[in-house]
Amino acid sequence: MTTDLTNSEDILATAAAWRAAGEQVAIATVVETWGSSPRPPGSRLAVTASGKLMGSVSGGCIEGAVADAAKQAMASGSPQLLDFGVSDERAWEVGLSCGGKVKVFVEPLT
Amino acid sequence: MKAATLARLQEERAAQRPVVLLTRLTDGAEHLWPLDAVSDALAEAARAALGSEKAGTLTIGGEPWFVHPHNPPLRIIVVGAVHIAQAMAPMAAPLGFQMIVVDPRRAFATEERLPGVTLNTDWPDDAMAVLKPDGRTAVVTLTHDPKLDDPALDAALRSDAFYIGALGSRRTHAKRVARLTELGHGTEALARIHAPVGLDIEAVTAPEIALSVMAEIVAARRGAALGEPRPLPAPAEPRVSIGVGA
Repeated sequence: MTTDLTNSEDILATAAAWRAAGEQVAIATVVETWGSSPRPPGSRLAVTASGKLMGSVSGGCIEGAVADAAKQAMASGSPQLLDFGVSDERAWEVGLSCGGKVKVFVEPLT
Repeated sequence: MKAATLARLQEERAAQRPVVLLTRLTDGAEHLWPLDAVSDALAEAARAALGSEKAGTLTIGGEPWFVHPHNPPLRIIVVGAVHIAQAMAPMAAPLGFQMIVVDPRRAFATEERLPGVTLNTDWPDDAMAVLKPDGRTAVVTLTHDPKLDDPALDAALRSDAFYIGALGSRRTHAKRVARLTELGHGTEALARIHAPVGLDIEAVTAPEIALSVMAEIVAARRGAALGEPRPLPAPAEPRVSIGVGA
């Protein structure tokens, strides 16, 4: 459950490169987990206003909702703290229900 | 996150310096420790996070802070640019390890044989003096040649390396233990050496042995029981010779 360079995908580098290329970017980070959530705290997802995604904050079940929140954060300029029960309806819709819970912090890269 | 914070964080990571990103979850205020001046409580949390390598949310001064350590990569120092080292190389980076191969035999230690691996062609004792294995380093000897393996093991045993492994059969290891004992290492220190190296998966081919070694290193790193060294081999029994010769 470490969050050093051992998570070899360097999401921050991707986020910086996107921003340098003129994209609007937000970064989502898992900040707290309970139960069998698939990605440990520190896992990151970078999102652009144009719809690019890199990284992950779950096994795929909440990425869509997080990307939506990221777009709001980019529009408003304010961070958001999102709370997911991974077994809630939203998760069922995409077919994943690991029973875990996860908090995700979404912030624009400014 | 501010772009300037991201750039500073990446600079520290590129320089392989440990750094902690502290983010206040109420408003996104952020600090980098130890670069920025922060409260004692935040600094203490940051220091602890680097030690545990665990990111998490903590209530500090009545506020929720996300404490996110970024340690430099773990290292594997492999002595012997041999076939098994070649098979370990592509596994190392995805598992979070920087791999360094030490081999003074320049025909072995080539970029062509080990693309993307840091090569060191000094003698192992010199190489180890420079590389300074620490608690985030694994050391594996693969040459079968005591001239190369022993100085590396000697240095590893004097370090905090979290894993020490040596290729060779139980008989080979018994002889090795005798030589290292002469260098002043006691039974307890020698028990740190994983030998025969790797988890016992009946590995035969070089990639299979590489897999067993990498799995054992991961087990040691994660504190799994499988990652504990097995007991030292019993002293070699005298061989019964039949026929001519000693």
